[in-house]
Amino acid sequence: MFLARNLLCILFFSVVVPLRGQVIEVCSSCKAKTIKKGIALASELDTVLVKKGIYKEYNLVIDKPLTLIGENYPTVDGERKGEIIKVKSDNVTVDGLFIINVGTSYTEDYAAVRVIKSKNFLIQNLVLEKLFFGIYLEKSRDGRVFHNKIIGDAIEEYNSGNGIQLWYSHNVVVENNIITHVRDGIYLEFANDCTIKSNISSDNLRYGLHFMFSNDDLYQDNLFENNGAGVAVMFSKRIKMYKNTFKENWGTASYGLLLKEINDAEIRGNIFKENTVGISIEGSNRIVYEKNNFIKNGWAIKVRGACYTNTYVNNNFLYNSFDISYNSKLNDNTFDQNYWSGYTGYDLNKDGIGDVPYRPVKLFSYIVNRTPETIILMRSLFIDIIDFSEKVSPVFTPDNLLDNYPLMKKHL
Amino acid sequence: MIKIENLHKRFGKNQVLKGVDLDISEGGIFAILGPNGSGKTTLIKCILGMVIPDKGEMLIESKSIRKSWKYRQQIDYLPQIANFPPNLTVSELIRMIKDLRNKPAEEELLIKSFQLEPFLDKKLSSLSGGTKQKVNLLLTLMFDSPLIILDEPTSGLDPIALLHLKELIQKEKTNGKTILVTSHIMSFVEEMADEIVFLLEGKVYFKGDISTLKEKTQKESFELAIANVLKENNA
Amino acid sequence: MLKILKYSFYDLIRSRWSYVYLLFYLLLGFVLLFLNNDLSKAVITLMNVIIILVPLIGTIFGVMYYYNSKEFTELLLAQPIKRSSIFIGQYLGVALSLSMSLIIGLGLPFVFYGLFQSNTIWEFSLLLITGTFLTLIFTALAFNIALYNQNKIKGFSYAILLWLFLAVIYDGLFLMSLIIFESYPLDKFSIGATLFNPIDLSRILILLKLDISALMGYTGAVFQKFFGTNQGVVLAIVALLIWVFLPTYNIHRKSKKKDF
Repeated sequence: MFLARNLLCILFFSVVVPLRGQVIEVCSSCKAKTIKKGIALASELDTVLVKKGIYKEYNLVIDKPLTLIGENYPTVDGERKGEIIKVKSDNVTVDGLFIINVGTSYTEDYAAVRVIKSKNFLIQNLVLEKLFFGIYLEKSRDGRVFHNKIIGDAIEEYNSGNGIQLWYSHNVVVENNIITHVRDGIYLEFANDCTIKSNISSDNLRYGLHFMFSNDDLYQDNLFENNGAGVAVMFSKRIKMYKNTFKENWGTASYGLLLKEINDAEIRGNIFKENTVGISIEGSNRIVYEKNNFIKNGWAIKVRGACYTNTYVNNNFLYNSFDISYNSKLNDNTFDQNYWSGYTGYDLNKDGIGDVPYRPVKLFSYIVNRTPETIILMRSLFIDIIDFSEKVSPVFTPDNLLDNYPLMKKHL
Repeated sequence: MIKIENLHKRFGKNQVLKGVDLDISEGGIFAILGPNGSGKTTLIKCILGMVIPDKGEMLIESKSIRKSWKYRQQIDYLPQIANFPPNLTVSELIRMIKDLRNKPAEEELLIKSFQLEPFLDKKLSSLSGGTKQKVNLLLTLMFDSPLIILDEPTSGLDPIALLHLKELIQKEKTNGKTILVTSHIMSFVEEMADEIVFLLEGKVYFKGDISTLKEKTQKESFELAIANVLKENNA
Repeated sequence: MLKILKYSFYDLIRSRWSYVYLLFYLLLGFVLLFLNNDLSKAVITLMNVIIILVPLIGTIFGVMYYYNSKEFTELLLAQPIKRSSIFIGQYLGVALSLSMSLIIGLGLPFVFYGLFQSNTIWEFSLLLITGTFLTLIFTALAFNIALYNQNKIKGFSYAILLWLFLAVIYDGLFLMSLIIFESYPLDKFSIGATLFNPIDLSRILILLKLDISALMGYTGAVFQKFFGTNQGVVLAIVALLIWVFLPTYNIHRKSKKKDF
């Protein structure tokens, strides 16, 4: 937290300091009639102030430290000809523009704003529409993407781009952005030590947030709603996931959170609500799940094998169709002191912990894994009967997969 | 009044009515007699439309009663076993039957003569068998219909009520009504009936007045005459 | 018919059994809410109860009422009233009084615990609608069984068997056939098989509300269309209406032909 505040201070100065330079105005009656001209006229640490108006420009290269700022949201219309703004220098701020019509290409990832090999950048208060890629950070570091609104119109995955993409970019803060209708809301590839905070990523074609080969990142307080799938974390290490909300990610291959080949992550205080699958886990080890709420999901947690030494503590499992689905008979994971709404045991010594262990894997979930159509029989009395008999003497489900200390009351 | 031609009815393997022909004129008391299982109740139920005959024609006042139900407005029927909705009181039941038949009724007099006043607010489930039968009679006789069918009207009645019943039946007769009665009590039949219809093995064996029957069987008393008929037919 | 309905209904709401039934639901509602203090959890538990118990009570009550009021029915038959009106009237009397017990018995505790302020109101209404449908269907089926069987014991046994079959055995056979033929496409079969069992239909209707997120996990296109759009709800409700209509029509048909 202290570090974050420090960072904020630094960023603040990086915005203020350049203002001490000259101000170059861009408008239809100014000396600089185009933004390109304005940038050309500016020297280092100057401010280019773009007045309200429509500027049909693309391929604007900022190759010196300056502040490009719009007044009353001037429109920059790229007319689908290519990339619009390219930042190729450290200490650049881009602020307050309405950027539309980024070019679409199958060979090049055109972006509304691209930052290349730069440090200390600040991209804020932008509104992007009709885009291919939104904000693309390429081999850059120590920057901030703050309070932007990215509204795509993606229909197919193959010809659409991502809202905010970080590629080989480290120590970047992505905060308070709203991203909808693109392919991946936020995409991190080889991006370490980044913070993704308080963003809203919804209605995106693929993932709300997507990690690939990225380590030591933190994302918290984000909302992921109604995406193809909420968040995918793949081939990454030590990711911290705190207090995010994963909502209504529905579909056949859909989930709130996908973990694939992930080690040593921490998942705390998140809410998984009404997703087809809350968390889908494949080949992920040593992960701590603590104080999460799983509410009304189809499957709260779906384990697809090869997951070892994971710990599930103090989570609330509320009204999920299935709490845990497990496809092997081997279990090396710990379930301890969770609250399960399906628990029917008792607590005679009144210590708040049920006297009978809870078995979160039901026979029916095993049957549904095998023959998916049987899902139509959910909540049938017959199913309850066979589930009960499995509970009494487990044959198909791992017999040591149980919560020995189920809570009697919700963990608050 | 009632005309029945070639009436057949079979319950499973049991052929109950095997071609009943019957003509009942208007006015008078007709007793339907016969041994157990001779088809008395079935015949009555056919007339009431509760049993649907396999074959044959039934006319009431020259109109076929097949697939019709309005003709029942002309009939007052007293069922054999009186069993009413247990949660209703007597007066509620009376009101209900009046409401269902949608016809004026004179229940006051009958309530008095059967001494039913103390039971009016009692639930039917709490009444004794005899009282229930009185209520049953009341429900039947309070309407003014040209045809009255009484199935075992005397069962469970005390002597005073029986006396009232006889008076009532006579009164209805003098009003020109047609009354069909079944009964096992021969003295009652002998006293009341103008004509008897004797059913045997699903057919009308005899129809006529009691003296004709006595002549035919050459017996002194009505009871013996009946017994004689039964003996001759090995029933 | 309306008169018969009125009297049957009146008769029933004053009978001991309707009070027992009403009290049972009141108690169930209050106990569930007292133990959980959570409307959504109580709704889920109730769903299980309604799907199993309502049909059972509907069948038994229907058969019982028919046999118990046999003599009274005969009295009515001799009155100038259409036969079918008598039976349909009685049937509706039973079904409506049962539905009313259900709605009041469960409604009161939930209203008391702040149903109108909660977001489970739709789930709850759906529950009551389904319960009413099941009452209508199973009472009608019970009347059919009773109309075809003079023998009381036989009638009761058939009624219980019918319930057992539709509540448990049917789903067992259903599950077995799904597992045996798992290599074939089974979407249409499973939706079809559901339509032939009113208990399954009601279950699906409730699933669509409670477990939609799980149902969306299945890949079949037919399922997707059935569960993912309003088509499923519409189809289920239409099928339930047919399930009410057919037995009721048969009461009408059979009652015209039957001897008493």
